[in-house]
Amino acid sequence: MLEIKNIYKTFNPGTINEKHALNGVNLTLNDGDFVTVIGGNGAGKSTMLNAVAGVWPVDSGMILMDGTDISGLSEHQRAPLLGRVFQDPMTGTAANMTIEENLALAERRGKPRGLRRGVTKAGRERYHELLKMLDLGLEDRLTVRVGLLSGGQRQALTLLMATLEKPKLLLLDEHTAALDPKTAHKVLHLTRRLVRDNGLTALMVTHNMKDALHYGNRTIMMNEGKILADIDSQSKTQLKVDDLLRLFERNSGAALDNDRMLLG
Amino acid sequence: MEAILTYFGALKPAALLRACPGGIAQGLIWGIMALGVFMTFRMLNIADMTVDGSFATGGAVCIMLVLSGWNPQAALLMSCLAGATAGMVTGLLHTMLGIPDILAGILTQISLYSINLNIMGKANQSVNVAKVSFYFTNNVRLLSRTILISALCCAAMIAIIHWYLGTQHGSALRATGANEKMARAQGINTNRMKVIGLALGDGLVGLSGGILSQFQGYADVNMGRGAIVIGLAAVIIGEVLGQAFLRKRFNLLLQLVFVVVGAIVYYLVYVFVIWLKFPADDMKLLTAVVVAVFLAVPYLKDHSKNSFRHLAKKNAKLQREEAPHA
Repeated sequence: MLEIKNIYKTFNPGTINEKHALNGVNLTLNDGDFVTVIGGNGAGKSTMLNAVAGVWPVDSGMILMDGTDISGLSEHQRAPLLGRVFQDPMTGTAANMTIEENLALAERRGKPRGLRRGVTKAGRERYHELLKMLDLGLEDRLTVRVGLLSGGQRQALTLLMATLEKPKLLLLDEHTAALDPKTAHKVLHLTRRLVRDNGLTALMVTHNMKDALHYGNRTIMMNEGKILADIDSQSKTQLKVDDLLRLFERNSGAALDNDRMLLG
Repeated sequence: MEAILTYFGALKPAALLRACPGGIAQGLIWGIMALGVFMTFRMLNIADMTVDGSFATGGAVCIMLVLSGWNPQAALLMSCLAGATAGMVTGLLHTMLGIPDILAGILTQISLYSINLNIMGKANQSVNVAKVSFYFTNNVRLLSRTILISALCCAAMIAIIHWYLGTQHGSALRATGANEKMARAQGINTNRMKVIGLALGDGLVGLSGGILSQFQGYADVNMGRGAIVIGLAAVIIGEVLGQAFLRKRFNLLLQLVFVVVGAIVYYLVYVFVIWLKFPADDMKLLTAVVVAVFLAVPYLKDHSKNSFRHLAKKNAKLQREEAPHA
């Protein structure tokens, strides 16, 4: 369904800060794939997600969604196809708007926004049911400003917003990195459930190797703006974190010196 | 000592009372402009410098149309449209040409100075108020009617803005100001929302300028000078008062109401200071001081509760008390 064809992106070209962030990335996702993405800092994981989301245009290459090239569409034009959750819990929601207003905004993703009520009575009942499912006690706090929620609650809400209007592809950019281990676990569980229940295709960046192996049906490994390895579901179940580290060393020709990855 | 006594002796309380209705009327009229500033400053998170120009444009357009025989109310509609166009220009400079928002506003504002001079043909134009019947007039005998109509006008604007901000479109506008990245991820064209928001805000500013020109019977190329500061003053005075009196009940509708309240309070302070025989030349200085005070109050209040110095004093005292027992 998603086809990334040979994309390149260089930041600050021709300056002292020049950075070849993506060096010919090729990737094909099948319908229903839940792919975890690992790699050290600066490997190009988030950059790849941002390229798909259209935060900026890529230098060259194509991004196809169900066979249609979307690389020329701007960020808001691609939004109907994509659900996104960010690393920073502050990014995914509008802090000074209420929970129900945030959900109502997400419910109009990909639809025209007219002069009807933003939050309707029927919508409120829907949100109540959906929030109940999160089991965070948010269903009775619909009119509370999102700024008052904890990071974990905000990420859970952002996840719900990203999947409220079923996206073709869910982009998760280290969405549990800023959370404590217990909350991160909860949010990952929720992620898996939402992906499974809605039959979504997802691309999840993580620094946690265990999570990368535990979740999803496929894992890709990135280094220096390229995909080093693509591990399918069969070999994934047999792999351990140590195997991943060895695989990385063999393919990149360098030892992994990233603390965060080793700690995972 | 004698000088001070004669100074206070010369102040007549009755004169202050007589001046108050005029202050309230002005406050209500400027309140509409403050609502426009609220739209851009609080909802879009842009300090829109266009208003100094678009306020005068609203006045110029209204007076010139009335002079050429237009119905005064229809002229106000055109004032609103002219203001909205100015806001749109600022929005396009910002979003299409990548000029920082404050600078884009300043560019439009300075260009409007020339445009306003061109609209009027000279620095100011007046209407013979004896020949045209305005709904808004500073004629003392009709002042209560002016206040009533202005208040209704404010109420209508508040109702419209409150309704709009609750719609799908209005929510998208608020999201754009609150979190642009999130708004784009939700498929909102944030650039378009900014242009629309600036047009709406400056539309209100233009309308307010038109009404004020009717109220005073003339338009002047300088009538908008410092308008942004008055608008910000109204927004901030309203917020400080609203939070002080209403606390948790301070919702969006009341926020809008208190913008107008802030404008009225500002003009009552103005009337009071004029009554104290404060030189008119120094009024801009006073405006700046008033705004600075209201900006500083919430900060200082918070600071006095959360201060390192107070904590250090408190803990030093605790340590002194514990020391003898140790």
